[in-house]
Amino acid sequence: MLELKFDRTKCADCKGIFCLTRCQYLRLDKETAKREWQKIIHGEDSFVLEACTTCYACQEYCPFGNNPFYFIVERQEEKGILPAPRPIVTMWINQCQPVGRFMVGKVGEKALSYCFLPHFNTLVRGKLFEDIAGAVIFGQEFFCNAVYLHYARASVIKDRLPRIIENIRKLGIRELVCLHDECYGTFASLTPAYGIELSFKPIHYFEYLYGRLKQLDKLVKKLGIKAAYQRNCSARLVPETDHFLNDIFNLIGVKRLEREYDGENALCCAEIIRMGKGPALADDIQKRNIDDMVRSGAEYCVFNCPACWDALADKVSRKGIKPIHIIDLCKLAIGEAQSLKLPELAVEV
Amino acid sequence: MVTTNAIYESLVKIVGKDFVSVSKEEKYFYARDGGLMPAHEPDFVVLPKTTEEVQEIVRLANREKIPIVPAGAGLALTGLVIPQKGGILLDMKRMDRILEVNETARYVIVEGGTTQGALKSYLQKHHPHLRHSMPDAPPSATVVANAVIHGQGRLAHQHGFNSDMVSGLEVVLPTGEVCRIGSCSVSPYWFSKGPPLPDLSGLFLGWFGTTGIITKLGLKLYPCKKMRDVMVLLTDKAELVPDILLKLSHTEMVEDVVISAQPLPLRFRGTFWIMTYITGDSDEELEFKRKMVWDAVWDYFQSRDVGILSISPDTKAPLLSMPSKDTTRFADVAKGGGFQYAGPITPIEKFPAFIRKLEEVASKYNVFYGSTTRLIGSGHCMMFSFSFSFNRANPDEMARAKKALDECSKFALEEGAVLWKADMDEQKMLMEKMDPNTLNLIKKIKQLLDPNGIMNPGNWEMS
Repeated sequence: MLELKFDRTKCADCKGIFCLTRCQYLRLDKETAKREWQKIIHGEDSFVLEACTTCYACQEYCPFGNNPFYFIVERQEEKGILPAPRPIVTMWINQCQPVGRFMVGKVGEKALSYCFLPHFNTLVRGKLFEDIAGAVIFGQEFFCNAVYLHYARASVIKDRLPRIIENIRKLGIRELVCLHDECYGTFASLTPAYGIELSFKPIHYFEYLYGRLKQLDKLVKKLGIKAAYQRNCSARLVPETDHFLNDIFNLIGVKRLEREYDGENALCCAEIIRMGKGPALADDIQKRNIDDMVRSGAEYCVFNCPACWDALADKVSRKGIKPIHIIDLCKLAIGEAQSLKLPELAVEV
Repeated sequence: MVTTNAIYESLVKIVGKDFVSVSKEEKYFYARDGGLMPAHEPDFVVLPKTTEEVQEIVRLANREKIPIVPAGAGLALTGLVIPQKGGILLDMKRMDRILEVNETARYVIVEGGTTQGALKSYLQKHHPHLRHSMPDAPPSATVVANAVIHGQGRLAHQHGFNSDMVSGLEVVLPTGEVCRIGSCSVSPYWFSKGPPLPDLSGLFLGWFGTTGIITKLGLKLYPCKKMRDVMVLLTDKAELVPDILLKLSHTEMVEDVVISAQPLPLRFRGTFWIMTYITGDSDEELEFKRKMVWDAVWDYFQSRDVGILSISPDTKAPLLSMPSKDTTRFADVAKGGGFQYAGPITPIEKFPAFIRKLEEVASKYNVFYGSTTRLIGSGHCMMFSFSFSFNRANPDEMARAKKALDECSKFALEEGAVLWKADMDEQKMLMEKMDPNTLNLIKKIKQLLDPNGIMNPGNWEMS
């Protein structure tokens, strides 16, 4: 069985217990944090395990890279704690079972992963992807499984992830461009945390886009817009990719607005939190986040994660801010049209 | 004895040559439906255009004692318009006019062959603040046929069966007279099918066309709010479903509640999806209703037995579509175009027992299964479907599906349910269990209205 790399001596040496003192939802003082974290380390009950919103942020706050969030997930599962109602967890586990359903394009050594997100069927088009658009892998057989971190099911990840990685290996893929942070995070953070070796190199799509834009630099026109960035939960797993976003913005003339809820203080889209903790907290998070975007003077809200798009695109639009996915933003810069748009009025009466 | 040719000529004289057929292809088509009842061909297929034409055809049939089967789109799936004894198949599709919408009294008058899809489109275009209770049948299903089988639609929780929403009828009796039922019998307004008069609509609704042919129907319309949303509640405990339904119904905030239970696609496996529909004229109204739904199940949420799924617009769109496209998708999950369900109407407390039975029977007969349950009338009852899909090219699979259906129907009846749009075998089961005096009353009414037994013979027929 795969084992998480977690070194409790690093926690003993930690002066700040940042995983808990910086938590946006617990706001613990240092003493309490230290006490509760020791309880968690020693397998004792702690209210932290119940209260955790699974926002992933502690994974980023740890200065030692000691995987505190993955450790919390392990402990939650050991204790049978349900961060979301049981049928929600069951639904997720069943929905993404690798049962031989997938889509594979003309894959060579370099491929593009849609993971299990249909949005990319809409987003991936045009010059940005003309060298790779046909080399797509999609479906349960390539689903990264990181979502089970939200549901205290590290066991499902450990069970399924090796098969997913083997599926990718069998296709002869050497470089995999991941269009979803969660996917990249799985291969760049989760697999090393569990000591799983990869036969391919994961490439974050920010890096890929930046490279393509530089290749297409004659087409690039500065957009001259001010944007709020909606940083998603899984970005916490791979904060080292954030600079590529700034690089892209600089290249295409987008100003990333400084605001309260970007960077390490980012607020997630809150839909996972809605399913786990109910609507009051989720609504509060979304309101604070969007109000902050408005205060910052954003013309656009730039999305990285399709799930954040689903949760917030309509809501930011109602506040007069244009929602756009980062891929579409890059398309605008080279004179192509936005593909992922707000759904038609989602009602039929 | 009048010859077949003479009947054909008489029918041509009534409706014109283009609208009578004795061709093999037409008869093949009208001999069957998508379900499991055996096929039987009509002798003539006739498409009338007016009430007067219907009258003349009925008089001819009554005089010559020819069976006559009025049909909408033939989508009941239980063989209700398969002409068991041949005769005239009266396809009502040409009588498709929407005659009147009364905006203030909120009703519409349609002809006997008007489809659900046409009415929906018409209201959206001309009266966007009004709607009717759209069933989850294909849009070609007719308004009249759906009322005649006591269908249910998207307003079932608030307003009951679609037949409860009928506000008047024009009927051609089996002896050829045209009769108006309800307020329209004494008034130009079609606002009530009965009260304050004796309610005679019960002589025609639920009789599957065995007592007359409805040529016009008044249907109640309801406010159409500007916005609509669906909340998907999930539980994995069947025994909690009745209480969840009661709690949702208690809010008086939801317009429709539908529960899906099926093993495929995988996301449905192991959980019951309780689709809870809400509407509003403003974000505030919708938000208030969302909160009411959350509050209704909050205790179950905290105990982790019930969750409310956050779903993407892509997932939400098919759930909001009317009629539901998912119903049609499931109907062909086995590939091969066969689908039938037993849909007993039953108290909601029966949900756990019925689910257990469905799973047991599906396993026993090795058939594809699913279930869609719809809450009717503030929780007074529900329609629970034991649904099976099968390949029509596989006789063995069809036979197993039929056995599974019969076993489920028998079980439901024993549990106190009443079978909905019962096929002939199920009608027999119902009549065997029915109070003898009630049965005798039905017999007397039928004999009185249809002395020659020409109307859709084989249905509601006692030995």
